Amino acid sequence: MRHADVLRFARDAAAAYPLRTSLSVLAMAIGVAAVVVLTSLGDGARRYVVEQFSSLGSNLVIVLPGRSATGGFSPANAVTTTPRDLTVEDAAALARLPAVRHVAPLTAGTSEINANGRLREVVVAGTASTYLEIRSFKIAQGHFLPEADWSRGAPVAVIGAKIKAEIFSSRPAVGELIRLGDRRLRIVGVLKATGQGVGGLNTDEVVFVPVAIAQGMFNTHTLFRILIEAKGRNQIEEVKREVAAVLKTRHSGEEDVTVITQDAVLATFDKLLRALTAAVAGIAAISLAVAGILVMNVMLVAVTQRTAEIGLLKALGARGDTIRDAFMAEAAMLSLVGALTGYGLGLFGAFVLRQMYPAFPAYPPDWAVVAALVTALSTGLLFGIMPARRAARLDPVQALMKH
Amino acid sequence: MSLIQLAGIERIFHLGDSVVHALSRLDVSIEAGEYVAIMGPSGSGKSTLLNLLGLLDRPDAGSYHLEGRDVTTLSPDEQAAVRSQRIGFVFQSFHLVPRLTAAENVALPMMLAGIPASERTQRVAQALKDFGLDQRADHRPDQLSGGQRQRVAIARATIMQPAVLLADEPTGNLDRATGDDVIHLLEALNQRGMTLIIVTHDPKIGTRAKRQLMMEDGLLKSDSARPSTTVAAT
Repeated sequence: MRHADVLRFARDAAAAYPLRTSLSVLAMAIGVAAVVVLTSLGDGARRYVVEQFSSLGSNLVIVLPGRSATGGFSPANAVTTTPRDLTVEDAAALARLPAVRHVAPLTAGTSEINANGRLREVVVAGTASTYLEIRSFKIAQGHFLPEADWSRGAPVAVIGAKIKAEIFSSRPAVGELIRLGDRRLRIVGVLKATGQGVGGLNTDEVVFVPVAIAQGMFNTHTLFRILIEAKGRNQIEEVKREVAAVLKTRHSGEEDVTVITQDAVLATFDKLLRALTAAVAGIAAISLAVAGILVMNVMLVAVTQRTAEIGLLKALGARGDTIRDAFMAEAAMLSLVGALTGYGLGLFGAFVLRQMYPAFPAYPPDWAVVAALVTALSTGLLFGIMPARRAARLDPVQALMKH
Repeated sequence: MSLIQLAGIERIFHLGDSVVHALSRLDVSIEAGEYVAIMGPSGSGKSTLLNLLGLLDRPDAGSYHLEGRDVTTLSPDEQAAVRSQRIGFVFQSFHLVPRLTAAENVALPMMLAGIPASERTQRVAQALKDFGLDQRADHRPDQLSGGQRQRVAIARATIMQPAVLLADEPTGNLDRATGDDVIHLLEALNQRGMTLIIVTHDPKIGTRAKRQLMMEDGLLKSDSARPSTTVAAT
């Protein structure tokens, strides 16, 4: 029997039992769609986090007060005790390192902004002119904080796009006086909207002031972070080492700060979320195995239902191999159509997710798509072998009597 | 040389503890072009004999030569090839594939033999015309009458131009008039040289054949071609 005839025969046989065929196709489709959608979610989460961290700026090294045992990022970093505070002087000392391009001190707190007759709670970030370049922000109007001595800040502020919109609507904000806590500050610039933020801190809702002003407002001498931009990507490790060394010297020989790099944070999240994606893919793959067993059941029923036909085919001169091939082809077709339908369904599901959450890049990773399709086809074929062999071995005399 | 040469054929079935001799000490030879009826009551072994002749079953002892070739020792695949090329079957219950049209059913043996689709179409069209079925080519079996179904089955059995046509109660599911039509059709094929072997319990059909083989309890009781032979009793 020719290959084309085997395929046509198998196709017609599958089409002759539409309910049974569509049910097993559906089972296979759901399995594949589950893999595609779940890995889209997992990988989407990974891409989302990576993108958010990338928006922090490039070649970034961050100094946190307190010592964390691990070099990477862990939740413990957020709650470490602070034996010795980071100060503006520490930050200034780091700026003199050869491999460092920019240093920005950062202190943060919440306060109220009062301007144009409106009142709103805001996050206040005390920093310096260098912050703009380190974070790669864009200015919409005016300019960022002026270059100045970090210990004496001018009474100026730069506001985020959302605050500008809420307080001043479409009126120009640059040059306006605002009250921030107990200070009167003049707005010198408005940031372009970024829509980004890490840890719930959206930069569109932040008021930036010189670090000295913020420290005065919050009555503190410490810094929340020191942000450092290395001169190049391959100098990040050097900067990290030097920063640790300088701060150890300045802090009387104690290693009481944590220096993290964006790469380390990213790598940790990347690893974590990849593992998560692989795990959900594994869970979804179980449904593929179930679908394979269903295909086997369907084919066993087909062999029983078509026993007389198999007997006839043998009487007409079909070899055992031919009958086995025809049933294998049918199982393969069920699996293939199911897998492709499932792939389409999965892509549609991911598309719906992206429509609902535009910021969330829910695309299935290539490896998951390939793995799902290959698993679907191979389980279908694997579970098709047994029924097909049973068909091929039927005794023609017995088979012909079943009618 | 005989077309079919059976010598010392034994076929034994085991049903639980009992041993049933479906065929015993069977020696028959059939020449090319003969018209033979195998007759006898049910359980006499006539269907078993037909299955053996059609290579659907193997004897437990004895030899079967078809066209001078010992076919009992062939592998299953070689037997399938012999069935494909040299043997045509007609069944009591027609055995048409319900999802296939009349034309596709007739084409089935050629498809299994790997004949190209273009040649199949041509030969099927000719066969349907010969059997008066050209208006029914695209009908499925459930859209055909019993007589038409059996005509499709006969067209299918003869499409590979086999050496022998085996018919198992070909009129069993048909009324008298339609049954006669089918018998006439088979006889016409025989007159054109095809060896025809019919299994029947209907004496009216059996006596039309040029030669009758009477079976009883697995033994050949009489053979009209060899009236002098008294087959050993028990």
